Amino acid sequence: MIRVALPFHLRNLARINGEVQLDVPAPVTARAVLDALEERHPELTGTIRDHVTKVRRPLLRFYACNEDLSFESPDAPLPEAVVKGEAPFMVIGAIAGG
Amino acid sequence: MSSVRVLVGTKKGAFIITSDGARKNWKVEGPLWGGWEIYHMKGSTVDPNRIYASQTSGWFGQVIQRSSDGGKTWETPGGGLTNEGGMPKGESNKFVYDGNPGTHQWYDGTPHPWEFKRVWHLEPSYTNPDLVYAGIEDAALFQSADGGKTWSELSGLRQIQSSKWAPGAGGMGLHTIILDPANPKRIVVAISSAGAFRSDDGGKSWKVTTKGLKSNYMPDPTAEVGFCVHRLAMHKSKPNTLFMQLHWNVMRSDDAGDNWVNIGGNLPCDFGFPIDVHAHEPNTVYVVPIKSDSEHYPPEGKLRVYRSKVGGNDWEPLTKGLPQQDCYVNVYRDAMCVDTLDKCGVYFGTTGGQVYCSPDGGDNWSAIAEHLPAVLSVEVQTLS
Repeated sequence: MIRVALPFHLRNLARINGEVQLDVPAPVTARAVLDALEERHPELTGTIRDHVTKVRRPLLRFYACNEDLSFESPDAPLPEAVVKGEAPFMVIGAIAGG
Repeated sequence: MSSVRVLVGTKKGAFIITSDGARKNWKVEGPLWGGWEIYHMKGSTVDPNRIYASQTSGWFGQVIQRSSDGGKTWETPGGGLTNEGGMPKGESNKFVYDGNPGTHQWYDGTPHPWEFKRVWHLEPSYTNPDLVYAGIEDAALFQSADGGKTWSELSGLRQIQSSKWAPGAGGMGLHTIILDPANPKRIVVAISSAGAFRSDDGGKSWKVTTKGLKSNYMPDPTAEVGFCVHRLAMHKSKPNTLFMQLHWNVMRSDDAGDNWVNIGGNLPCDFGFPIDVHAHEPNTVYVVPIKSDSEHYPPEGKLRVYRSKVGGNDWEPLTKGLPQQDCYVNVYRDAMCVDTLDKCGVYFGTTGGQVYCSPDGGDNWSAIAEHLPAVLSVEVQTLS
């Protein structure tokens, strides 16, 4: 089971508490996880990735296992700890501004 | 017993403020969607329980919210919490330009690709609660015929010299959509900073309606496009008469925008953002003068609404109940509205988080909410 941690506003929008748990078939990639997330919570479509291009929105980042995966290919395999459900795939709202 | 429901969009959520028709005692509810920018909320006149809201964020993009019970509960009409019923996935948040959108002019004069950023304004139709128009940034007009589930562009608008359109300091937003209740084919829109446009065939084809405007900050002060129109207003009994708050200058057209004349008259300053018309007196107009485009606060620190009862030129300050010293707030373009009770109520919200109401056409004012986040928009529903 893949664990996904969402920022406050997206949890509210999807009306969920805590992490989302998803069944994602191998290979487990950022694209596959986000596809499964949007399948489960369609109201999140467009809030993390562009509707059409599927490019990550500029002020969001993807983290896992203390690594910034934001600039990795969306088709790159995620770390083994994410695949095993030992660590969450984290969608982070960039902390910017004063 | 009549009542009013005031829909307030702010930089950090939405608020719903209600009162009976006396408009003396108010109840403030909210925030809805705390932390999100709510650019605009507006109810359908056909079905007042149907309300649309534009929820937006620099981080998470655009969300369209819809209520079918007068704002008690909300849903994202094209999303939902399950896939049951075959609802399209997040389609209500999806605004995709028609075809290859091309480029508009960037701040430095270079071509810049068209990019969807947010919905500035939602305008439900006068005939069908499921038909709603959206004005967006980068400027374009979209419509939904299914209650906001899916959106498509009325792309004829961007055929009108749009490669010359350019963003103003606040972005390039289509912020004004005026429908004519007597003529569903007519749509009037305004864009910062492109100008004003009119369609007489339901949005298929458009014409520029800027003749008579003059802006000395433009290389060609009387060019057809490039005007930073801040707001338009119309009284539904006189659809050919339009009022405009241009960046500088307050204007009026008596031929549906074909020609404009300056009606600034004795205003202390003719820069400002909102403009609106009394619900029962089509020649009574309201503006809020702001000192300048560099300062964005009222002249002399006095918050004054100006009213003309003769369609412009002759203006009177309305001050009773409004702060007359040390006031340095702004009033945004979508933050003024009127109700349709016998004694017309006038409302506006400020960047300081106050919402004011005058239950008597502007003679007397009081704050119906204070200390809200900066107010982006104010709309009122008159309920029977």
